[in-house]
Amino acid sequence: MSALPIAQQRKLTSVLWTVICGVFATGVAIVLLLIMGYIIREGYSAISLSFLTRLPRPTGISGGGVANGIVGTLIIVGIAALMAFPVGVLVGTYLAVYSHKRVAQLLSFVADALAGVPSIAVGIYAYTLLVEPFRHFSAFSASFAFAVLMVPLVIRATEGAIALVPRELREAATALGAPESRVVLKILLVAARPGIITGLLLSLARVTGETAPLLFTAFGSQYWELSPGQPMAELSLQIFTYAISPYADWHAQAWGGALLLIVAVFVLSVLARLSILLGRDGRGDGGTV
Amino acid sequence: MPGMKLSLNRVAEPIGGSPAQSRPLQSPGAAADIPVKAEIRNVGFHYGKFQALKNISLPLRDRRVTAFIGPSGCGKSTLLRVLNRIYELYPGQTASGEVFVDGENILAPGLDLNIVRAKIGMVFQKPTPFPMSIYDNVAFGIRLYEKLPKSELAGRVESALRRAALWAEVKDKLYQSGLSLSGGQQQRLCIARAIAVRPEVLLLDEPASALDPISTQRIEELIAELKPDYCIAIVTHNMQQAARCSDYTAFMYLGELVEFDETERMFTHPREKRTEDYITGRFG
Repeated sequence: MSALPIAQQRKLTSVLWTVICGVFATGVAIVLLLIMGYIIREGYSAISLSFLTRLPRPTGISGGGVANGIVGTLIIVGIAALMAFPVGVLVGTYLAVYSHKRVAQLLSFVADALAGVPSIAVGIYAYTLLVEPFRHFSAFSASFAFAVLMVPLVIRATEGAIALVPRELREAATALGAPESRVVLKILLVAARPGIITGLLLSLARVTGETAPLLFTAFGSQYWELSPGQPMAELSLQIFTYAISPYADWHAQAWGGALLLIVAVFVLSVLARLSILLGRDGRGDGGTV
Repeated sequence: MPGMKLSLNRVAEPIGGSPAQSRPLQSPGAAADIPVKAEIRNVGFHYGKFQALKNISLPLRDRRVTAFIGPSGCGKSTLLRVLNRIYELYPGQTASGEVFVDGENILAPGLDLNIVRAKIGMVFQKPTPFPMSIYDNVAFGIRLYEKLPKSELAGRVESALRRAALWAEVKDKLYQSGLSLSGGQQQRLCIARAIAVRPEVLLLDEPASALDPISTQRIEELIAELKPDYCIAIVTHNMQQAARCSDYTAFMYLGELVEFDETERMFTHPREKRTEDYITGRFG
């Protein structure tokens, strides 16, 4: 190697590292494609109109579906979002605007720590708080657990998005005599909106498919249930139940459910990506003069 | 608590100023007759432990342009930011001394900062259009303190845009985002936004340094047009711009006011050696 001139060596090193990066990137992409491909292949046959619209049926009887699980997932995640989004955005805004205060620095650390708590621990916490005292399982306790999982993500995304707004913007609004509330509501939050929306979508993707907390909170159900105060079916819970059963037809249904979940998470991720791109487009470039 | 007298009279005046108040431009030498709008007295400033301004005292005359020149880091932008107390957004930055605007010390504790800032407008180096339509950008400041019927608001917006020499270019796209304008247009939008609230003092922090020469020329023309109605203070690193635009110039160095004089006199017969060295380019 030392026989080559420096320029050649540098070029060679550069090519080497590019190849290494490329190999790993391709590897990751292949793994992703394999997983998705496998699930699609296994679950595809289970998807049918009755799968999407009917209640579960006992093994051996055909025509059963996961309709109550789909609806249950929407209800549980929906209520969780209603709880987590306002809390997360408000706290994230506070942390970004008052980042110099000791309280804010402490809260930021707490949010980060909360993000790392295992979901099953959060589930047990929700069980202790909302299931045991009332002596029965409920969808609401599941929503609560999900909200606890979502809030740190929303806080971090909001805090990050607002911190990225150039401080000249805040100064310009303040210099006009705008009170802080106006500056935050009309300027900072609007400017940070794409980043915040991305954070909201990613937090949804995070909890869609979480199973462990549901074991002690929503508990699952064989029937239609729309009341959050009652145990409710949920898609990932049904997959779990079907997958560990000894019945082949239920295994097929588990694959179908898994396929639905993957598609849901994929769509959310794509939407999150789009929201960043569309947010950037709002800033046109009109030229130089 | 001493409140800032929000000069409501000002709000009711037509944009050009009432006839009794406009004066013909005085010839140099008649400085004593021109009223002082803001008196800066013994102002000091600290970024944490570092002292950025040492005992600055000078007058800002009404209906005149006062330029602040000096090498990077001399404290000219810092001084400007003292004048509308924008530094108070950041903990650890403190100012001392007094700044009397119309006889009232705006650095006094207990003042409503928002009212102070509505009276003293500022335009920054980097154009900062708000994420909203052009119309809403200009109306933003007006809406803060005045409740106007839609037609009157539209009239104020139009007049501000006209004065900022931007109306012709945006009148057909008032509801497009402010971010869709070019750099020079964005800066004129920021100027329109600042003058729409009818401040009494206008602080310009290197308003043209981020712009191309043609936009710069437009901005300088704008300053000349605005002069009869405002007390203008401009920070610039471009000495020729100071010589072109201003009536008075303050030369600052390392946080101190080295020399303050009428522009024409300072650039032809500077009193201090440091001033002369800077103006002739011996250091920059």
